[in-house]
Amino acid sequence: MSFALPPVLRRVAPQVVTLVAVCVLVTLFFPGFLDLRLSDGRLVGPVIDIVKRSAPVALLAIGMTLVIATKGIDLSVGTTMAITGAVAAWCLDSGLGVGPAVALAIATGLVCGLWNGGLVAIIGIQPIVATLILMTAGRGIAQLITEGRILTFNDAGFAWFGSGAILGVPVPAVIWVVTGVALALLMRRTALGLLVEAIGVNRRASAIAGVNATVLLIAVYVASGLCAAFAGIITTADIRGADANNAGLWLELDAILAVVIGGNSLLGGRFSIAASILGALIIQTIDTGILLAGFPSEYNLVIKAALVVIILVLQSPQFMAEVFFWRRFGRKNLAPDTVKEDAR
Amino acid sequence: MLLTIRSLTKTFPGTKALDGVRFDLRAGEVHALLGENGAGKSTLIKCLTGAYRPDAGEIRLDGQPIAPRSTSEAQELGIGTVYQEVNLLPNLTVAQNLCFGREPRRFGMVSSREMKRMAQDMLSGYGIDVDVSRDLGTYSVAIQQIVAIARAVALSGKVLILDEPTASLDAREVEMLFDVVRGLRDRGLGIVFVTHFLDQVFALSDRITVLRNGCHIVTEDTAALDRVRLIEHMLGRALEDEVEHRAVDHGVAGPVKPEMLAFDAMSRRGVVEPFDLRIAKGEVVGLAGLLGSGRTESAELLFGIRGTTTGTARDEVGPVRIDSPRAAIAAGFGFAPEDRKTDGIVADLSIRENIALALQARRGWARPVSRTEQARLAETYIKRLDIRTSDAEKAVGELSGGNQQKVVLARWLAMNPRFLILDEPTRGIDVGAHAEILRLIHELTAEGMSLLVISSELDELIAVSDRVIVVRDRAHVAELTGADVTTETVVRAIADHGREEVA
Ligand SMILES: Nc1ncnc2c1ncn2[C@@H]1O[C@H](COP(=O)(O)OP(=O)(O)OP(=O)(O)O)[C@@H](O)[C@H]1O
Ligand SMILES: [Mg+2]
Repeated sequence: MSFALPPVLRRVAPQVVTLVAVCVLVTLFFPGFLDLRLSDGRLVGPVIDIVKRSAPVALLAIGMTLVIATKGIDLSVGTTMAITGAVAAWCLDSGLGVGPAVALAIATGLVCGLWNGGLVAIIGIQPIVATLILMTAGRGIAQLITEGRILTFNDAGFAWFGSGAILGVPVPAVIWVVTGVALALLMRRTALGLLVEAIGVNRRASAIAGVNATVLLIAVYVASGLCAAFAGIITTADIRGADANNAGLWLELDAILAVVIGGNSLLGGRFSIAASILGALIIQTIDTGILLAGFPSEYNLVIKAALVVIILVLQSPQFMAEVFFWRRFGRKNLAPDTVKEDAR
Repeated sequence: MLLTIRSLTKTFPGTKALDGVRFDLRAGEVHALLGENGAGKSTLIKCLTGAYRPDAGEIRLDGQPIAPRSTSEAQELGIGTVYQEVNLLPNLTVAQNLCFGREPRRFGMVSSREMKRMAQDMLSGYGIDVDVSRDLGTYSVAIQQIVAIARAVALSGKVLILDEPTASLDAREVEMLFDVVRGLRDRGLGIVFVTHFLDQVFALSDRITVLRNGCHIVTEDTAALDRVRLIEHMLGRALEDEVEHRAVDHGVAGPVKPEMLAFDAMSRRGVVEPFDLRIAKGEVVGLAGLLGSGRTESAELLFGIRGTTTGTARDEVGPVRIDSPRAAIAAGFGFAPEDRKTDGIVADLSIRENIALALQARRGWARPVSRTEQARLAETYIKRLDIRTSDAEKAVGELSGGNQQKVVLARWLAMNPRFLILDEPTRGIDVGAHAEILRLIHELTAEGMSLLVISSELDELIAVSDRVIVVRDRAHVAELTGADVTTETVVRAIADHGREEVA
C-alpha cells in the first residue's frame, strides 16, 4: 500500500474490504441483495435489514471493545441483555410506563457493569471468571423477574425502540450508530482512549505513572453494561416481550468475534470501535446472506464458521508476514536489484 | 572457528538495525559485543537465536550454514541465550523453569522429586540459596537472572550468549557469575557477552567486537585495546569526561540547603523497618545496599506503590498524602522504576504517548494533552536524552533496551517534579548516555529538584550524591555525609554486621 490513507481509515481498511467482499459474495448468490425501496416512508431492503438486525451485536461489540482493550473480557453481556429486558418488561407489565421502563433498564445495565468492574478492578478476580459469575447467575435473576414465563407487554411506545423508524431509518440502527459515534468521540476527543490503552498494555506501569487504573477498569465494564442495556431494550421491544432464557443467548460470543474480526487484540491495548462495529456488520451480513442465498439452514453454522476462519487467517499478522516473506524471497531470487529499490 | 557470521543485514521499518555485519566466535573464548544503545547488539543476537529472521547474510556454526527459525531450534543446534530481560515464567516454580521442556519422567509422569533434584544440581555451582519448589516470581530479578543463566548453560552445548546478564546483579553476584563463565570457557564453549559495563569487559573478555549504527566497526583482542580507544570506537568520537568523578565536592560543607521533605518512621511490616528521611531542596540522596536489601522497597513506600504500616510525610507547608502513586504525583513526586519492562514502559504505545502518559494522568482524562504538545515534548526529550529512534511514533517496545530506559526517564522529567526517585537510572545505558544522565542530574538539582538515587554502581552513586544512606537487611543502617562519602566507607557500611553506625 503505497498511497497514503489517513491513519483512521488505514486502521479499518481490512474490515471495509472484508465487508465489501462478503456483500459481493452474497450478491452473487442473491442478486437482489442491494435493492433498496421506500415503503410507507421507511427504507426497506436486505441491507437495511442487516443494519437493523446487527444492532444487538454491534452494541455489545462497542462495549466489548473497551473491555478487551483493557485486556479483559465481558462474558456477561448476553445475560445482562436478558436482565435489562426483563426489568423493562416488568415495568411495562406493572404499568409504570415507557420512561421508567427505559430508565430502570439502563440503571440495571449500569449496576451489572459496576458489579463486574468491582470484581475485576477492586477484588482482582480474572475478568473471564468474574464475568462468568453474572453470565450464569444472571439468567436466574432474569427468570426471577419474569417469574419463569415469557413476560409480554403491549406498549406501542416501547415497541418503537425495536420497530420504529427515524427519517426512514430503523430505530435500532440509529441507536447503535449514535452510541458508537458517541463512545468513539468520547474516547478519542478526550484522553480516555489513551489511558484505556495504557492500562490494557501494562496496568502496573500505568498506575505508577499516575493513571487511575481501578476507576478506569470499572468504567469500561460499566460502559459494557450500558451497551448491553441498550441491546436488551431493543431486543425486548422488537419481540414485545422478555424471554429470560433466550434473550441475548450466546450473543457475547458474537460480540467477542466482532471485536476480533475488527482486528482488536485480545491481549489488550490499541482498539478501534469503528472496526468492531464493522466486524458486527460482517457477521450479520454473513448470517443474513446465508439465509438469502437459500442454503439449507443446517449449513448455516458451518458456512459461517468457514468464512470467519478465512477472514481471521487473512487478517493475521503472522500470515501476512509469511506472505510478504515468501513474496520478497521469490522476487529476490529473480531480480535482486528491484528488491533493494523497494527497501528504500 | 566455532561461529562465523558474514554480511548479516536486518531492516525494520525506518531502521537498518544491522548492515552487513560480520562476527567470529572461537571455541573457548569470551567475546564481548559492544556498542551504543541501539547499535544493533540485541538484534544480532536475536538473528542468531532465531527470534528474528535476517534479511540477508550467512551464519555458520562449525562450518555448517544454519538458519534457526526459533529459539528452541537454536538451542538444539547448541546456541543458548540469556536475554537482557529475564524471560522465564514467573508463576512456575524454579525447578519447573529449569527443567521446562525436558522434565524427568517416571512411568510417563513428570517426577517432581527427580525434577527438584535435577534443578538443585543445575543451580549447585552458583552459590545461591534458592528453594527450587517456590515460584520463580517470588525471587528477586537477580536470582531470576541466575536461574535463566543456569538454564541456558545446561541447554546449550556450544555457544552461550549473554545479553546484559549483569545489569541487575551486584558486585558479588557478578563475580560469582564470572567464575561460572570462565569455567564454561575453559570447557570449550564460545561465549558472547554483551554489556555496558566496560570494567567487566576488560575483566572477562578475550576479544571485543564493536558495532555502531548497525555496522561492524572493529574486532580486536581485549589486551590490544584500552578504555579510551574502545569508547572512541563505540561512540565514533572521544568522550569529554566519562564520569565526572567526585563531581559533588563532599569535603566542603556548602550553604545549608533548606529542608523540603521529611518522612518519619516510614515502614511496612515484613518489608522495610521504620526509617526517617529528610531531603533538602536541590539535594541528592543516594541509597546504597545489596540487591534485596530493601532499597527499591523503600522507594516504593515513598511513592505510595506499597502501603505503609506506619509513617508520615510532610513538607514546608504541612502533611503530604502519599498513599498511592496518584497522591504522590499530586504532591510533586516522580519515580523512575528499576524494572522498566514491568513497571516502566507501556510497550505497545508510541514514544510520544509514553512520555506524555504521566502528564496526561495528572491532568485528568477530560483535558487531553494536545497532539502538538505531546509531539513537542517527545521531540525535546528525544534530543535531550539522545533517544535513538526513527521517529516519535515508534512503539516503545521496539526500541533497544537502553533507549526504553531513557523514555521512562523522559516521562518523569516532563512532569518537572520537585522530588524525583531514580531507581537504577543508568541500567543498560551506554557510556555516552551514562555521562549525559549524570550531567542531567546535576542540572536538575541546580534548578532546585531533589533526588533520591538508587544504584548498584557505587562510583556513580558517590559521584552524584550529597549524602548516602546504606540499607541492609530491610533497614536503613547508616547515613554517610560530607567527607565520609567514599567508596570504602560505603562498602564497609554495606558489609558491616552488628554495628549500627559507621563513622
Ligand atoms: N522489533 C523491532 N521493530 C522495530 N525496530 C526495532 C525492533 N527491534 C529493534 N529495533 C531497532 O533496531 C535498532 C537496534 O536495536 P537493538 O535492540 O539491537 O540495540 P542494542 O544494541 O541491543 O541496544 P541496547 O544497548 O540499548 O540494548 C534500534 O534502533 C531499535 O529501535
Ligand atoms: Mg539490547
